[in-house]
Amino acid sequence: MGMTITEKILAAHAGKSAVRPGELIDVRVDLVLGNDITAPVAIKAFEKIGAERVFDRNKIALVPDHFTPNKDIKAAEQVKIMRRFAEAYGIVNFFEIGCMGIEHTLLPDKGLVVAGDLVIGADSHTCTYGALGAFSTGMGSTDMAAAMATGECWIKVPESMKFICTGRPSRWVSGKDLMLYIIGMIGVDGALYRAMEFTGDAFDYMTMADRFTICNMAIEAGGKNGIIPPDQQTIDYMSGRAKHDFTLYASDNDAVYRSVHNIDVSALEPMVAFPHLPENTRPVSQAGDISIDQAVIGSCTNGRIEDLRIATKVLKGKKVNRKVRLIVIPGTQEIYLQAIREGLAEALVEAGAAFSTPTCGPCLGGHMGILASGERAIATTNRNFVGRMGHPQSEVYLSNPAVAAASAVAGRIVSPDEI
Amino acid sequence: MHIKGKAWKFGDNVDTDVIIPARYLNTSDPVELARHCMEDINASFADEVQPGDIIVGGDNFGCGSSREHAPIAIKAAGVSCVIAKSFARIFYRNAINIGLPIFESSEAAEGINEDDQVEVILDKGCICNITTGCKYTAQEFPAFMQNLIAAGGLINYVKSKR
Repeated sequence: MGMTITEKILAAHAGKSAVRPGELIDVRVDLVLGNDITAPVAIKAFEKIGAERVFDRNKIALVPDHFTPNKDIKAAEQVKIMRRFAEAYGIVNFFEIGCMGIEHTLLPDKGLVVAGDLVIGADSHTCTYGALGAFSTGMGSTDMAAAMATGECWIKVPESMKFICTGRPSRWVSGKDLMLYIIGMIGVDGALYRAMEFTGDAFDYMTMADRFTICNMAIEAGGKNGIIPPDQQTIDYMSGRAKHDFTLYASDNDAVYRSVHNIDVSALEPMVAFPHLPENTRPVSQAGDISIDQAVIGSCTNGRIEDLRIATKVLKGKKVNRKVRLIVIPGTQEIYLQAIREGLAEALVEAGAAFSTPTCGPCLGGHMGILASGERAIATTNRNFVGRMGHPQSEVYLSNPAVAAASAVAGRIVSPDEI
Repeated sequence: MHIKGKAWKFGDNVDTDVIIPARYLNTSDPVELARHCMEDINASFADEVQPGDIIVGGDNFGCGSSREHAPIAIKAAGVSCVIAKSFARIFYRNAINIGLPIFESSEAAEGINEDDQVEVILDKGCICNITTGCKYTAQEFPAFMQNLIAAGGLINYVKSKR
């Protein structure tokens, strides 16, 4: 019986020739990461273990990104805990303000995660790196602490679900729309405890940015990991970035799947997830008349240069509606600089957008764009739970960057074709 | 070990953003987190919850963010255990890691109503609704997880192996 790509990576990191779904295994990790919310809790737990050193000071990444630049004294104290820990234990990959980014955009761009790796992170969107053909999954702070001490963690081998995506996406359809469609189809617990494997010729038209977005939101369907088998595009992305060797895995033809789903991507239109669950999806043409107060373009889901380019394309020569606040947040300092070089930053500011340095900020209702009661936002982020971006009586609608940009101009949720 | 308390009932897909909103995640102090536990889904919960009380959820309890602050807030609020139809994966792991007892039982989650008095024998997963007299048995944990639970969580488990 063959194995899936997920099973192969897990087996390799468990030192076994084969693993089967349901099996509990101890695996070696290639990278452990945490942020300014989760790492301080992990550091306290790490100290309780009484380890004298971390398992490998090159294989831990600490990224203060959620409330940074620090929004208040308490948040500053949390980052201070991280900074001191990084100094005390010689953590190589601590990313200070000025060279940081949103963790899941930053670490692949820095070449710290590559195909075939096994990564755990104290952040639910750690599943993003599946776009490279790596196994990566989110855990909590205590798991992070144990892995920092031992270099290992326990994992239950997940069953895999296969999503065969075919056809060429139409003009404004991106990876975000495909993933929102899938979440709408299977629900927010439709992939609970399972691996989501995405294949099919639609990926010939999906950039690495699209692929990161798709795997990023596997958690929004409850998935343990999302994964896309690596191809030439993956190799091209890694070349010049990879800080260590990569291994390309592929699922066997006789691999066993819990379920197989076929999706005609050419038939999709841009999708919008209505409050208060990512599964409440509708095509943008059926959104109805939803006025908005704010639009956010950024986050670990859609803060890459490709996202800023398409938003700028929609906004160029137009003005943000005077009733809307548009906030654009590049994912990393390098993307920020690239946006300046390409003239995107100028065009966005001229259109009336606020253009910020990297932070998770508004995505989780942290800072940099909190909603008041009764307000509505369209956002390229990943969650629209109650109170996610601010007041419990505010609303978040999830979309791709082109729809968010168009909606910022129109003052209501629209397709880019409508402006 | 027996625990007894009043049931607080919630629906499906209770996410970690409502268990502890991110606006309070600039601290990791359990006492402070407990003050805001469940705030966006039941504003009076943190004030009224009593030590020993039990949270009863539906499907996919604890979905969303990996914040361990969610089970920490629940535990620090005095909640003795969480019973749900199913748990989101990361919350499940986090709860076991920090020693917050959790039980999966669709029957119990459906059969227990708000304010019912519930008794749980923790090590056996036996759930008794004292108000209605109905008894339920939660799904058994795999042997490995029983060891983790018996050790008092992951940190003690890792320490014991060193």
